[in-house]
Amino acid sequence: MMFSAIQLLIILFALFAVTRVVIKVRSRSIPMTWATLWIIIWVGAGVVALLPQTTDLLAARVGIGRGADLLVYLSVMVLFYLIFRLVVKVESMQQDMTKLVRAISMKDLDNKKGEDSSE
Amino acid sequence: MIVAVVPAYNEEQEVGNVVRNTLPFVDRVLVVDDGSTDNTAQVARDAGAVVVAHAINRGLGASLGTGIKSARKIGGKKIITLDADGQHLAEEIPLFVRALDGHEVVLGSRMIEMKGNMPAFRRAAQRVGNMLTYVMFGLMVSDSQSGFRGFSAAAADALEIKTDRMEVSSEIISEIQKSGFKWTEVPITAIYTEYSLSKGQSFTVGIKTALKLFIHRIKS
Repeated sequence: MMFSAIQLLIILFALFAVTRVVIKVRSRSIPMTWATLWIIIWVGAGVVALLPQTTDLLAARVGIGRGADLLVYLSVMVLFYLIFRLVVKVESMQQDMTKLVRAISMKDLDNKKGEDSSE
Repeated sequence: MIVAVVPAYNEEQEVGNVVRNTLPFVDRVLVVDDGSTDNTAQVARDAGAVVVAHAINRGLGASLGTGIKSARKIGGKKIITLDADGQHLAEEIPLFVRALDGHEVVLGSRMIEMKGNMPAFRRAAQRVGNMLTYVMFGLMVSDSQSGFRGFSAAAADALEIKTDRMEVSSEIISEIQKSGFKWTEVPITAIYTEYSLSKGQSFTVGIKTALKLFIHRIKS
């Protein structure tokens, strides 16, 4: 069985990505749930690269001509959703940061209230 | 107790004057130094203000939130917010204080009597901002972006500012609408100097603000 260059590249990259995920989850940098999702994605990418015909069957079922197209559509959807999740996450972290900065900045206001009452 | 809240970011040039001009009309001036890299905090303190300092820059909305909370904490019953660049006239604070007797929120408007020297392009941009605010939040105010405002203790406690940046102006208006605060507008003078113009909202910031508001609206 002969592999094209792009198949080989995708398979190697998927392997590399899976090892990164495993390393990250072992050092507890990412939670298990996310790690599982990433591993499914990369193993899926590897399988599809290995056996491209499988996606053609699926594509035909949902009414898309080529399996590769189906993959691109799905990937774009997933990517956009992940970006949305990130944007929401960043926004909520921004708000948390403001809460923190605010709490620290207001810490010594109590003393100032004391000064007032002595006036 | 009347507390003036002045959010300031790198305003060492003007903030001292603003504090000194404001003090005769209020009991306390509270400056929120929003992580300035210049001497804003010291200048404000020397001028007689109570200073609350953000360790890092968090934006106008965050500063207003901190200022209003802090003002409540030091016992403020009527809270007036004004800009640190000197574009608001402290002499007009009594207008707000009086209006707060019958209202929870008082918005300063540069558009009611057309006082001052607001440039024409700004006036036009203002109208667009007001329309957008109306379409999105259902409240028609004549000057949605004015930073000169008054809050009662009840309004200050209920007000929840979530946006850190410039969208805060419109967020306050949406909060008024949501909470059903009794509100009114008082005419204020707009003083535009080269200094305040250089600091104000640019056209691109305006567009960005509009976009963010739109996203905000969709999310809620």
